[in-house]
Amino acid sequence: MKEHLIEVRGLKKWFPVQESFIERLVTAQNQFVRAVDGVDFEIKKGEVFGLAGESGSGKTTTGRLILRLVEPTEGKVFYGDQDLVQLSGEEMRKMRQHMQLIFQDPSASLNPRMKIGEAIGHSLEIFDVAHGKEKRERVLEMMEKVELRPASQFYDKYPHQVSGGQRQRIVLARALMLRPDFVVADEPIAMADVSVRATLLDLMIHLKEDFDLTYLFITHDLATAKYICDRIAIMYLGLICEMGELDRVYNNPLHPYTQALLAAVPIPDPHARRSTPLPKGEIPSPINPPSGCRFHPRCPYAESRCAAEVPAFRELVPGHHVACHFAEQFLE
Amino acid sequence: MSESLVEVRNLDLDYPTRRGVIRAVDKVSISINRGEILGLVGESGCGKSTFGRALLRLPPSPGEIVGGEIVFDGQDLMELDEESMRRLRGARISMVFQDPMTCLNPLQSINDHLMETIQAHQTNVSNKEARELAVSILNRLGIKPERLDDYPHQLSGGMRQRVMIGLALALNADLIIADEATTSLDVIVEAQFLDWLRELQQELNLTILLITHNIGVIAEVSDRVAVMYAAKMVELADAFSLFDKPLHPYTEGLLASVPNIELEEDTLEIMYGSPPNLLKPPRGCRFHPRCPHVMDVCREEEPPFREVNPGHWAACWLYE
Repeated sequence: MKEHLIEVRGLKKWFPVQESFIERLVTAQNQFVRAVDGVDFEIKKGEVFGLAGESGSGKTTTGRLILRLVEPTEGKVFYGDQDLVQLSGEEMRKMRQHMQLIFQDPSASLNPRMKIGEAIGHSLEIFDVAHGKEKRERVLEMMEKVELRPASQFYDKYPHQVSGGQRQRIVLARALMLRPDFVVADEPIAMADVSVRATLLDLMIHLKEDFDLTYLFITHDLATAKYICDRIAIMYLGLICEMGELDRVYNNPLHPYTQALLAAVPIPDPHARRSTPLPKGEIPSPINPPSGCRFHPRCPYAESRCAAEVPAFRELVPGHHVACHFAEQFLE
Repeated sequence: MSESLVEVRNLDLDYPTRRGVIRAVDKVSISINRGEILGLVGESGCGKSTFGRALLRLPPSPGEIVGGEIVFDGQDLMELDEESMRRLRGARISMVFQDPMTCLNPLQSINDHLMETIQAHQTNVSNKEARELAVSILNRLGIKPERLDDYPHQLSGGMRQRVMIGLALALNADLIIADEATTSLDVIVEAQFLDWLRELQQELNLTILLITHNIGVIAEVSDRVAVMYAAKMVELADAFSLFDKPLHPYTEGLLASVPNIELEEDTLEIMYGSPPNLLKPPRGCRFHPRCPHVMDVCREEEPPFREVNPGHWAACWLYE
């Protein structure tokens, strides 16, 4: 029995850039958006693994690649001992009972014409697990678990009749109906109101314990990640630049990009106004990423070597990986 | 010259809907001082954006201001005719929205935007002068002058948002209303923008109303902070007092439920329930169904919004 539930090896996704006819005649080579450009990580059974980064860093694509909602260009994704990339469409469909996805916008992921109870129980019918009265009972039981109370009243309502926070609970309930082992949660609380976010986060932590879940928690918000993730990987332009136990990474970030991200997080305390300088500029295009270390044009510590040589993703301290030539100088 | 640039008194704003009238801004009184950044914070639907738009007398349709005064620089805006109001918008009160891409014309260069704005309000400015002014503004924005002929899609998100501020600067607007102006920006760019805005504000002594749901952003830059809940103003104080010692239980709950990356403990306070439906707001204090300190009086009577400590206002029966 492996310790890892998910193992990702050399995963890549290059999206071809749509070009006009004339551009295709002029340029000999096809252009690609290198959304994910070779990432390696494992997710241990029962842990919450965070994947954080700015928009365009490839974190969402990585989540979707693991579930094979987009087909990888290269690389392997192991679920236990099974390489998901090798599975046929039908085999993959069966696997999906064990792996679920929660999106950012619960309104967009619910059918507005389907009653809440029916939406939650739909997967039971699709996978022929339960029908009719038994389905209803199982749905009501799950609705209690996600605190949609009184469940029998919510069962016959439509998504537009409930609040945003309740909608995200519906999505959670629906994801858990088939008792999955692994849930990819892509910015699950980003749309919710500030006062509702903490409640949802708390619920997700309880559900994880109740149902023995493993989460891949995708977020742009490092402050939120702190409250739920055990380990975290920071992505920049399709690559992981740092990965490790959350406490370690936050207390002693070894990559200058992680340091910048942490310094930029707004702190809800006017006494703590920022004093450290921020990196210049914005995230470059993933079509022609910078040579060498992709962060070097913005990095305050960059030297000539950084533009020339791609830094290896190495385990500097047991369990703490970083891709920076000069990471040693940051080690505390 | 009085200290306050804007005095809003008992402002009421209604949205008529098929299911009844929603009062989105309910008896809101607040002043905005010259040269300050006033942060207005609240959850979605609390009326903060509607309030911002009401200051321009441009409530989102079908909203309508049904009562109260908006005194801007000594003049009650409710008494102005539409033409005078039109001249005031943009020139003296400018607005910056969440998504700059929807506010900038994709077919116009940055230069066109700046020149058009300058010349629409100052008809006696020549093209050459306008162009020179545009270059000097771009310098202020920290954007290289050679980008002047770029189109919006060629700029990054942070630059676009700076251009929006630049349009306000072009006219020397007295008041800039920034509605979720950093919400669409990534965290590093957001931090850069806030640092830049703070510097610019201090250099030019700008008056800014910063509307956002992001409490971290409010804490970074605000001098004073106002909190809205369910169409009501519930608390107002200087940033330090508000964050150190919030008076209203809603503010207290809100601050405690915000993740803070600097704190050691890894649990968040939980505020149960969600904001009320404004078609049928709760009687008495609107926060009472969620309030941990609820008393009998809270269920019956609405608490007055009053100055509990010097400069620190709150609407809560705990302090009566």
